[in-house]
Amino acid sequence: MSDAGVAIGFWGLGALAVGAALGILVTQNLLHAVLLLILSFIAIAGLFLTLTADFVAVAQVLIYAGAVGVLVLFTVMLTPSSARVNADTVFFGPGFIIGGLIAAGMAVVAFKTPWSIADRGGFTTTVGLIGDALTNRWALPFELASILLIAAMVGAIVLVRSAAPVDNLEADQPVADIPFDQTGEADGRALATAAPRGGEGH
Amino acid sequence: MSVGLEHYLGLSAVLFGIGLWIALAKRNAIIILMGIELMLSSVNLMLLAFSRYIRSETPIAGHIFVIFILTVAAAEASVALALAVSVYRTRGTVDIDQIDLLKS
Repeated sequence: MSDAGVAIGFWGLGALAVGAALGILVTQNLLHAVLLLILSFIAIAGLFLTLTADFVAVAQVLIYAGAVGVLVLFTVMLTPSSARVNADTVFFGPGFIIGGLIAAGMAVVAFKTPWSIADRGGFTTTVGLIGDALTNRWALPFELASILLIAAMVGAIVLVRSAAPVDNLEADQPVADIPFDQTGEADGRALATAAPRGGEGH
Repeated sequence: MSVGLEHYLGLSAVLFGIGLWIALAKRNAIIILMGIELMLSSVNLMLLAFSRYIRSETPIAGHIFVIFILTVAAAEASVALALAVSVYRTRGTVDIDQIDLLKS
């Protein structure tokens, strides 16, 4: 990519990413905030492309803009009676000061430090290099990531699973449990008491 | 005007600051998670900028870091959003001002 193309892409996509991120703070609708977050992620994926990181850019679109965006959208839908308005806490002013100070400090360091810039240009391809690195040097972390993912998946399923009705598998439970279960059904505490026992049953 | 490493680092710093601002300023737990995701994404941008520009023997290492951050962020987002749904079921809200069981 030419230098002018990279410059145009950087400033355009950077303005889009920052503007969409600021829109999350401004908008009063939670669903609009999620859509603005997805827009910001897509702009950041475009910035990855200007850094010649093609594989990571595609992964960003798939995982962040696709999977995480849809997950957040579903969570907003699943919490309907919580405030649809995007309310602020008392930390709105202090948050701006803290965030602004950290951003300014990092930017000053970025512009003052004499980085040792390589003159090799961008990557021509990254997929082969990433595949080689993941299967040789970083093979163990790569395998550990699969364990992390399955643990997160099982954890998420256990957390959101609703209290299962008493089925035949739990018929050998003491009879004294049953009235307690039925009285507890009315309030939310039934979820807390029933969920661990359902986990033991299977 | 050509764009260099400093510009990417500056943009990444700005995005990180906005993500931190969102995480501090918003009352809804889901929006706070969105701010955290934005901060992680800005760090990814910084790592990729270093991977592209800095002199190194293995410049692809920045990409590997980003891939692992993507993996951990996806796992973190799924568990955190499941926690939000779980809290909503028992408390009827995800407003962090009202989730104060440990306070009293």
